Amino acid sequence: MRHLTSMIRKKKKGVLPIVILLVILIILPLVLKNQYILHLIILVMMWAALGISWNLLGGYTGQVSFGHAAFFGVGAYAACLLHTKLGVSLWAGFLFAGVAGALISIPIGAICLRLRGPYFALSVLALAEVLRLITLHWKSFTEGAVGILLIVPVMGEKVEYYYLILGLGIFIMLTIAYILKRRMGFYFIAIREDEDAAEALGIFTTRYKLFSLIVSAFFTGILGSFFANYTQFIDPYIVFSIGEVSIAMVLVVVLGGIGTFWGPVVGALIVVLLSEGFRSFFAQASILVYGALIIIVILFLPRGIVGSIKAKYHLYTVSKGE
Amino acid sequence: MDISILIQTIVSGILVGGLYALIALGMTLIFGVMRIINLAHGEFLMVGMYTCFWLFKLWGVDPYLSIILSIPLLFFLGSLFQRYVILPVIKSRAPGENQILLTAGIGLVLANVALLLFSPNYFTVLTSYSNATFIFKKISISLPLFWDFLISIGITGILYLFLMKTDVGSSIRAVAQNPDAACLMGINTDRVMIYTFGIGSALVGAAGSLFMPVYYVFPSIGELFTLKAFIVVVLGGMGSAIGALVGGLTLGVAESIGATYISMGLKDGLGFAIFVLVLIFKPSGLVGKTRF
Repeated sequence: MRHLTSMIRKKKKGVLPIVILLVILIILPLVLKNQYILHLIILVMMWAALGISWNLLGGYTGQVSFGHAAFFGVGAYAACLLHTKLGVSLWAGFLFAGVAGALISIPIGAICLRLRGPYFALSVLALAEVLRLITLHWKSFTEGAVGILLIVPVMGEKVEYYYLILGLGIFIMLTIAYILKRRMGFYFIAIREDEDAAEALGIFTTRYKLFSLIVSAFFTGILGSFFANYTQFIDPYIVFSIGEVSIAMVLVVVLGGIGTFWGPVVGALIVVLLSEGFRSFFAQASILVYGALIIIVILFLPRGIVGSIKAKYHLYTVSKGE
Repeated sequence: MDISILIQTIVSGILVGGLYALIALGMTLIFGVMRIINLAHGEFLMVGMYTCFWLFKLWGVDPYLSIILSIPLLFFLGSLFQRYVILPVIKSRAPGENQILLTAGIGLVLANVALLLFSPNYFTVLTSYSNATFIFKKISISLPLFWDFLISIGITGILYLFLMKTDVGSSIRAVAQNPDAACLMGINTDRVMIYTFGIGSALVGAAGSLFMPVYYVFPSIGELFTLKAFIVVVLGGMGSAIGALVGGLTLGVAESIGATYISMGLKDGLGFAIFVLVLIFKPSGLVGKTRF
């Protein structure tokens, strides 16, 4: 318990830099007129939010998923199809996208989270592939490989998207921070640390793993519909992509530091900048960077950037005898 | 429903299933020994297919003869990755998901290097027998698929003899049963893991050569076959070679039935449906734990 209170006190100390960062982020578009840099920051924030959503399930609950593109894509398609087929407002679409992502996650989670081992991680991957096939071949409903073009997205200006994703990102971060501070968050971590012990203490492990998945899938779905609005165009190959969505989400978290709160933010910054930087070198094979980065991080930096810094800092304070 | 169409469907499903089994055999072997699912498995298949394709294109080597080169090449490639990339991570006792992610990273690198080198175009080898069929009791059977099936079964048989009758084979089985105990018995577990990864890759390399006369190759083909191999491995029972055989044939027949009676495009979806059913009702797989 003492450890816990000291942890919370440390968090208090870290509030100031967060406030400064927030103020900078809010003022930035007023000063910065370069549209390309604005676009990059939007991407970084989107990936950070995706990473944080993934991290709740993969980092804190210990249930790694290699197929979050399933929820991302379902969210994107739910918002777009509701809009183009039924005329539902795209603003409401954000909510429906989240609900659709959460709904799709329930059956696969209920089946696979009972089992231990790589079943869940890879079944979700298979789910994403199947959803891609369905959207590809159910042409009368989803337009197939042609994709969906949003002629009138929710907003026109880049700056507006900037504030939208900033707000969404903050909302997702606060929600997940809140969950992690509640009883449920401690259950999640207990499951990650030792599933048998958690069960012995009376935690319904399958149920809580499923809760974690639903929250994660809900946010991923919302971000999927943000992506659809922002790019104004989706097709099955983009939103259900293994390399560019599923694996990239894992990469963002693993690079930043799995199971650390700020890890995904750092990871998103590096991944977006690197993949933009290398896009001009390997026009066709930009994912090559992701693959190489995964190998390098796991070989040389298995705790990720934030994780490694935390471990170093911990050693430092211990050696000073605090 | 015409019964002869059904029989025809099942027969062609079984023939393709033999190839699926060969691909999954490598994955299940690697899983049995190292407890990791190799997500680069499909990409190794792609390397095998490109080997076969370039041998054919440059020197006109028959696809079936190219097995002689693709097996040692893939064995070498697989053991290289295991020795220098995967083994250090296993030895540092990294969490399981990091090991799986590492293989995913290897897969992405292989697929994109292929994309840079060979362009995203689809290639195939056109031999005199690519479209040959023969009729057996009113059922038409594709000649290359028939040979593929026989060779797959032959390779599985050789693997059986290797694992059961040789010293290296029994040490592989020992490590699969219990790595710590095997190490205490004086088995060099690191070397066994390198051999196993090499053999697993060699099997999928052979499958690549066998696939070439009936299929086409492109850089991102790996994803699809990694998933298929995983589905087959789970269908049969993870780590069991007999399971891979049963799972491969099941998936082949299921896809074939799906393609005939539902829709060509959705045949992969039917495989997934069976996969989910197995996960619900018999997560240990159709066969479960076996000696081989």
